[in-house]
Amino acid sequence: MNFGIIRFPGSNCDQDCYHVLANVFGQPVRYIWHKDTTLGDVDCVVVPGGFSYGDYLRTGAIARFSPAMKAVTAHAKAGGLVIGICNGFQILCEAHLLPGALIRNRNLKFICDHVYIRVETTDSPFTNAAQKGQVLRIPIAHGEGNYFAEPEVIEQLQREDRILVRYCTKAGKVTDAGNPNGSRDNIAGICNEGRNVFGLMPHPERASESILGSEDGRVIFESLLRSAVTA
Amino acid sequence: MKAKIIVMPKKTVLDPQGKTVQHALESMSFRGIKEVRVGKFIEVELTSGSKPALKKKIDEACHKLLSNPVIEDYTFEIK
Repeated sequence: MNFGIIRFPGSNCDQDCYHVLANVFGQPVRYIWHKDTTLGDVDCVVVPGGFSYGDYLRTGAIARFSPAMKAVTAHAKAGGLVIGICNGFQILCEAHLLPGALIRNRNLKFICDHVYIRVETTDSPFTNAAQKGQVLRIPIAHGEGNYFAEPEVIEQLQREDRILVRYCTKAGKVTDAGNPNGSRDNIAGICNEGRNVFGLMPHPERASESILGSEDGRVIFESLLRSAVTA
Repeated sequence: MKAKIIVMPKKTVLDPQGKTVQHALESMSFRGIKEVRVGKFIEVELTSGSKPALKKKIDEACHKLLSNPVIEDYTFEIK
């Protein structure tokens, strides 16, 4: 599967994603500069974490209008795979590829910690190698990861089985105690209607090697690779 | 001419920053505070154009970039 990682000024998880995809999973990967207007033969676009354009105005607000994001939107509309991690999730929301927005954490603090998330559905190219209800230990690192959407949007996401991962306790309970940032309905990651665009705040690329303390993030990439085989 | 734009979090959106400022004011013994909300003030200096045309442009700018309609409301005036 050909992966393309978008690089904005201020992206800082681009190399982590590259390393995991190229060295851990042995996949062809290349960077796509934010000024590029085409994606080439990319099957899956990764919009990585960081502070694109310094997070000025709002997180993801400026990045959304970059030439590369126009190409990503076209790729997504044509059914191409897109995964947005952390700042990438924020950008996908700003670009209206995903509903809702990420606002300031309820405690106003930048949280850098390992948290637990529960796989809510395996019906997606991003979670099909996981088990429903599987608890993953994956780090978060964000100041604005508090998922917000109007109640009717949350209901729709729920109804359409588009909430792929929720924050939970170690035991897998989706409670307020397991919610690090105040996200509505403990939402950690959602997909679009076509199920080909996924945004999540936790960093699976930081949890793909045992030396980093957790390999639980691998299942997201394994799902992507599996979907490529069955597609 | 200048466009003066105020962007505020929507009423339905929790504003943790406003809450924290409110608590700080209360701990400083400021009494009678019902609610504090923190938003943004943006000033855009304009070169020229008719007021209705500028108004339309600024409205578009607010809608597309300067605010996120999912979580924020905006108002502006051109002077």
